[in-house]
Amino acid sequence: MIRLTEYLPLIEGVNWTPALSPETVEIEGAYVCDMLSDVMGSAKPKQAWITIMKHLNVIAVASMTGIPVIVFSKNNVPDDAVIDKATEEGIVLVSSPLSSFDLAGILYKLLAK
Amino acid sequence: MQACVAVKYSMADYWNIAPGMENALKECFSRDAEADVTLEFSIPEKDFNNAGKGSSEVKNLLKRLGVDSEVLRRIAVASYEAEINVAAHSHGGEMTSLIYDDMIHIKFIDEGPGIADIAQAMVPGYSTADDLVREFGFGAGLGLPNIQKNSDALHISSAAGESTLLEFLVFFAQ
Repeated sequence: MIRLTEYLPLIEGVNWTPALSPETVEIEGAYVCDMLSDVMGSAKPKQAWITIMKHLNVIAVASMTGIPVIVFSKNNVPDDAVIDKATEEGIVLVSSPLSSFDLAGILYKLLAK
Repeated sequence: MQACVAVKYSMADYWNIAPGMENALKECFSRDAEADVTLEFSIPEKDFNNAGKGSSEVKNLLKRLGVDSEVLRRIAVASYEAEINVAAHSHGGEMTSLIYDDMIHIKFIDEGPGIADIAQAMVPGYSTADDLVREFGFGAGLGLPNIQKNSDALHISSAAGESTLLEFLVFFAQ
């Protein structure tokens, strides 16, 4: 288990939900996927979700599944309506310039320490 | 559950009961208790911005009632998948959530066009989703399998050209 604050500097992560504090977010793994039903079927609570999908339904999927943080790869930035909804649902949104592969690899190494 | 009473005889019925839940379900059929809370939502066709509101309300209510978080996750996932299915595949429909002290029964009734082959629709990876639905990241063909996986009992009644009824039960005690 790590805290989100340990991961963010390693991925040049930008937090789009400043109203939520990343130090309270605990991560035990990640799920890397852009198909929403696969995420709902297989992702688990306390996993970060790494994706390029950034529309409003992504927040609902994270909320239903119990995902505490979504990491958008390749500098994908969610729009304001998505950020507002995520803030309301207590889901941290982070953008990173890295690819989904690199984001997963860095987190994997961090969790294995 | 509505069983076959309200359903046309020509329609195909699909049932799935999770192993070990047979007795609980039988008991459920024989009681005529009214639901403690009933919530209704309409689900407009292709309205992906609002699809999910019903599931979200149900989830928040059950959370306040103290339902276990893993049970809550199963209900939320099954319910959200079903809501998205109505928005993605039908001409719109209604979601009715009946909450009892020990379980929830959620019914989705849409305005067609129906499922021609329910067994095929249950196969993981099979999808009839259009490009718009796929652009949103839906259409993986996992919606119905996810509903089945996360519910204690699932019933689907449909036929080509008819409305579809999908209903499921989840008991709060694991």
